[in-house]
Amino acid sequence: MKKLLAMGLLSVLLLVSGCPDTTSHSQGVYMLLDSSGTYKKEIKRAQAIINYLLGTLQPGDSFAVARIDSASFSEKDIIAKMTFDRRPSMTNQQKRLFKQKVDEFVAKVRGSAYTDITGGVLQAVEYLNETGAGRKHILIFSDLKEDLVKGQVRDFPIQVSECKVVALNVTKLRTDNIDPREYYKRVDQWKERVEAGGGHWRVVNDLERLESILAD
Amino acid sequence: MSLPEILIIWPGSPVLSLIIEFVIAILLLYLARGPAHKAIYSLSAIIHSGLRLMARSVLLGEKRVVERNKEVLLATGAKAAERLIEREFYRVDAVVKRDMSGYPALQHKLGDQIARIDEDYRESTEVPVPSPDWVKAVDTLAKLPSKGDSWIANILGEIHKTAQAQYKNTMEEYRKAVSVRHSLLEKMMPYWRKLSQTLDQVDKTIIGLHERSKVIDNRMAEYEDIRNQSDKAVRMMTSSAMTQFFISALVLLIAIGGAVINFNLIALPMSEMVGGGSYIGNFKTSNIAALVIILVEVAMGLYLMESLRITHLFPVIGHMDDKMRTRMIWVTFAILLVLAGVESALAFMRDRIAADMQALRHTLATMETAQPVGSWIPTVGQMVMGFILPFALTFVAIPLESFVQSSRTVFGSAVASLLRLIAFALRLLGNVVRYMGEFLVNLYDLLIFPPLWLENLLRNKEQHAEVSDIIVKEEVS
Repeated sequence: MKKLLAMGLLSVLLLVSGCPDTTSHSQGVYMLLDSSGTYKKEIKRAQAIINYLLGTLQPGDSFAVARIDSASFSEKDIIAKMTFDRRPSMTNQQKRLFKQKVDEFVAKVRGSAYTDITGGVLQAVEYLNETGAGRKHILIFSDLKEDLVKGQVRDFPIQVSECKVVALNVTKLRTDNIDPREYYKRVDQWKERVEAGGGHWRVVNDLERLESILAD
Repeated sequence: MSLPEILIIWPGSPVLSLIIEFVIAILLLYLARGPAHKAIYSLSAIIHSGLRLMARSVLLGEKRVVERNKEVLLATGAKAAERLIEREFYRVDAVVKRDMSGYPALQHKLGDQIARIDEDYRESTEVPVPSPDWVKAVDTLAKLPSKGDSWIANILGEIHKTAQAQYKNTMEEYRKAVSVRHSLLEKMMPYWRKLSQTLDQVDKTIIGLHERSKVIDNRMAEYEDIRNQSDKAVRMMTSSAMTQFFISALVLLIAIGGAVINFNLIALPMSEMVGGGSYIGNFKTSNIAALVIILVEVAMGLYLMESLRITHLFPVIGHMDDKMRTRMIWVTFAILLVLAGVESALAFMRDRIAADMQALRHTLATMETAQPVGSWIPTVGQMVMGFILPFALTFVAIPLESFVQSSRTVFGSAVASLLRLIAFALRLLGNVVRYMGEFLVNLYDLLIFPPLWLENLLRNKEQHAEVSDIIVKEEVS
């Protein structure tokens, strides 16, 4: 009887330890900040969004903030990146450090001459795949107007499968006011690219409702 | 709306085609009237019989459930009555042991007191020594007349003096003896009082036992009612079970509220121990760990209550020998104490983490860092709650036992009611089908009323002709 009981307990233990939950419940968020000359003044708003995200993300989640400049497909453009610890107390410390890095960047940000959004998105996909997060979000804080250096090749399909791409604060340019179709065309082009790459596209312009950014 | 090609008999005139088809259909229905009626009647009869049979089966099932409920109720009631009687006997036993075990000493004490009183009484009743017999002779002589003889008068005077002196002595002795008797009687008073007090004490004990015996008599009467399976006993126990069910459910709800508070108190700090981002299924490991701790506390509480023989959910524990049971009490209590300590520590940790998170949120909101209240009251309050709640949850065992026991009766009654309702619905449906069959037959006849009307008309004429023939024949004859 005792042997049977011991075996039963052992099998339960093996079952629990041997069959772990393989589904990842963590989130990965990669935020791209447009630092081009026309968009630099919006950076304070981006800072508020980052602070909101830092308050929302949970232990075990990954978060990275990178700038969009002339050549964004590079680790050098990552301002801060962190996978938060499983313990809440450590996570809080990491979040403080993250905020400090972002604050430093905002204080001395310089406008870039060109805007390579595609490169930034590719870098984001690479980072998010490495984190192994269950839910992946790419946040693009930009007017979505891509301005590439001569010779850069970016007109190819991008693979953003299982990623939710959210365009934040897509401001209307002066030319958009002359012909609003320009704005819609720009947004639709990005939507097509993202959806063709297996991702989900959403635009959030109302920054009063930040909770909708990571909503499923 | 156009008529399908196949239905057009008269080309170019769909209305005429329809009329012809209608007439043909009525004729066909008229011809098939007899078998059609039989088919409708037999179909409705089949369904009606089937539904009635089902209703009967359900009613039989309901009867079985009612019988089972009665058995369960009586068994539970008998067990409860036995426990009550047993408890009353234990009380009587305790009274007898407490008061009657000292009875030999009390009897000895009473005998002693009575002996002393008796002795004193004997001493107090001893009469003084009577005056000698010659006193009467001398007294008679002293009272003789002297007749003027001075010598005789002197002798008689001396005798009188002597008699008087003797009388005085005797009286003094008598007074002394009375005084001694009074003092003896006075000494008897405390013994009398003690005796009275002892007897009062015995009286109280006897009255207490008498009252207990009355309670036992009542309980025995109830027990006999249950054993005789009387309707009165069943009604009383059903009502009692319903009351118990609702009261215990209410208390369990309160306990669940306590458990939820307890859960919230320890779930956050558990994430510090097992990790905030790990999951088991769709649930956070920290939440499951907190829940497990609470469930373990409830389980320990159940075992403690069982070991203390307050509840009787696990007969194995109840039947353990006293030594093992006492060990179990101490083990479960020790585990509960440790868990209470752990919870208290977790509550403290929760307070710290919550304060840190609040500070971070303030920083992120770029607000001025709020000054912490600095009061230790919430921290201590949470710690005390964390320590007390595991012990409070221990008492869940009592309403849980009542709930489990009463729910058998309540759910049994509910199932019986449901079965009765189903049986009623089946019978109703059966009758509806039966009358529906009759309705369909009448509807069938209504559809073919023209040929029926003609048939009736012809039949009436035939009957009229037959009657006329009979009358003519009778008149001729």
